[in-house]
Amino acid sequence: MKSELPHEMGKTKEIGSVRQPGLPPVIEPGHTFESITDKISSIVLTRKTPWGWFVGFGITFLLTLMLLYTIGYLLVVGVGIWGVNIPVGWGFDILNFVWWIGIGHAGTLISAILLLLRQKWRTSINRFAEAMTLFAVACAGLYPALHTGRPWFDYWLLPYPNTMGLWPQFRSPLVWDVFAISTYGTVSLLFWFVGLIPDLATLRDRSQSRLGRIIYGILAMGWRGSAKHWHRYETAYLLLAGLATPLVVSVHTVVSFDFAVGIVPGWHATIFPPYFVAGAIYSGFAMVMTLAIPIRAVYKLEDFITMRHLENMAKIMLVTGLIVAYGYMMEAFMAWYSVNPYERYMILNRMQGPYAPLYWALILCNVLIPQVLWFKRVRTNVPALFVIALVVNVGMWLERFVIVVVSLHRDFLPSSWDMYIPTLFDWSTFVGTIGLFLALLFLFIRFLPMISIFEMRTILPQAEVRELVDYIED
Amino acid sequence: MDARPPIYGLMAEFENPSDLVAAARKAYEEGYREMDAYTPFPIEELTEALGFRQTRLPLVVLIGGLIGGVGGYFLQYYTAVIDYPLNIGGRPLNSWPAFIPVTFECAILVASLFAVLGMLALNGLPMPYHPVFNVPRFALATRDRFFLCIEATDPRFDPEATRYFLERLAPRVVYEVEH
Repeated sequence: MKSELPHEMGKTKEIGSVRQPGLPPVIEPGHTFESITDKISSIVLTRKTPWGWFVGFGITFLLTLMLLYTIGYLLVVGVGIWGVNIPVGWGFDILNFVWWIGIGHAGTLISAILLLLRQKWRTSINRFAEAMTLFAVACAGLYPALHTGRPWFDYWLLPYPNTMGLWPQFRSPLVWDVFAISTYGTVSLLFWFVGLIPDLATLRDRSQSRLGRIIYGILAMGWRGSAKHWHRYETAYLLLAGLATPLVVSVHTVVSFDFAVGIVPGWHATIFPPYFVAGAIYSGFAMVMTLAIPIRAVYKLEDFITMRHLENMAKIMLVTGLIVAYGYMMEAFMAWYSVNPYERYMILNRMQGPYAPLYWALILCNVLIPQVLWFKRVRTNVPALFVIALVVNVGMWLERFVIVVVSLHRDFLPSSWDMYIPTLFDWSTFVGTIGLFLALLFLFIRFLPMISIFEMRTILPQAEVRELVDYIED
Repeated sequence: MDARPPIYGLMAEFENPSDLVAAARKAYEEGYREMDAYTPFPIEELTEALGFRQTRLPLVVLIGGLIGGVGGYFLQYYTAVIDYPLNIGGRPLNSWPAFIPVTFECAILVASLFAVLGMLALNGLPMPYHPVFNVPRFALATRDRFFLCIEATDPRFDPEATRYFLERLAPRVVYEVEH
């Protein structure tokens, strides 16, 4: 009856959420502070690296080399190696940029928004979701930088006094994008690093090798877990979450402005900002799921990343998927309702034009198949979730293809219509960034704790402070 | 003459957060002020038990956000109105609605940088050396043990009496922390 005293009701409730009746736990019972610490830190420090890691890292590293080759060739020859043309000036470069940025959004959502909403289950997935954000933003950032055609002049995008007497045009969404993406990348990195500091100190103190102690020691910056430090740390972390929450919404809003401010039929729609943000979260959760399911199986982390996590993520996918479906519906409805021949043609062209199979595949992947998530039996079936997550990843990629390419290829003047066919170099850039993304992830899970150790300690029942009661009983 | 006390302080090791919070409260009641607790995860009650007041960090972050927002808007105003005015369809040069996104991003960016750098600065990090690490078992402070250290600079500190006081709190062990 110790925890029933009124003065600790708030605390009890929170801890109680770990074992609410009817809800599966966010951490399997039986864990202690040391078992959590040792289990997570052993992946980095002592456990033998599984052979699958070497195979996976090897393959993705080769793909990264392919990306570097492609970029090198692009710098020498120019963007003519891509399939872009006039009218389709935005091809794989921009659609993959939007796809990657969208994937990043789930990381910030899990780490910031779910923190503010006091969702305890976020704890075991936030660290690698944040890492995913960071790597996805790194991949995304490559595309617009390369797409400028002369990437060595990319610094012209930044406002700095120069001998040409020029400044960026701040009324252009493309300049807003530069600020939004660079701020997003920086804040994600800060958030991730701040979260890592106490765990880096754990690795410093647990590492058996001198090199490990030195490297983790430098990165931990002398963190010693002082109560005063923790107090400021928690304040900073909460404030960062509060800042990152509007930021993440603003980023995909600005990305959608890149389209919505243009007058191209299929782009010029006011629904774009919320529709893009929902789509970003949708694809991001699909990617978290795609990564979490194999990782928890390989590293035996089922007691930290439980069925409840997977089920919650499936529910978020279902909700955001429905918002996206509403977006598709509204695009079609507004095209009809506007009585604008170009808008009407745009939607008919999507449904019946040369790229129609992609549109219908998108509807199948993003709207129809995910509806099976209504059933609990599906939401608790790990292989099914993995397949659905992959389907949604593909679906969201198709959505960006339809928005970017299919809108551009037939605009107002039929004489200027053309087809866009991605070339080998388009594909090698895209597959190369997938390689880069996964290679960075492999390095991350090998050298840094992929689950936040100190936050996992706080969700244990032992972490609860029982005060006064002990005094009285003593 | 070196006015430094011979040791940094005395440190008691506890096995769970409740004992540590109770010990911190008793030490505060006893009149000790120069002390700190070391834990593997943040404990809300502990900050208050040690008598630690509110941190100034939120103010720092607010100032950062204001600098970022005002600076971001000024950057756009200066470039679009003063240094490089472009007449586009006769629209006003200071077209403020179009300047909001960049102003917002700048505010967030500078506020976040202030939050992180401010937290590190107020915490005195990075700190390459600190005496508490001289206790070998202190490595467990980042794993599963909870430490309370009463520093020798505290006016009420006395090597014998303080040790006796700490031992009465039923810790696992009491250590001397060397400089």
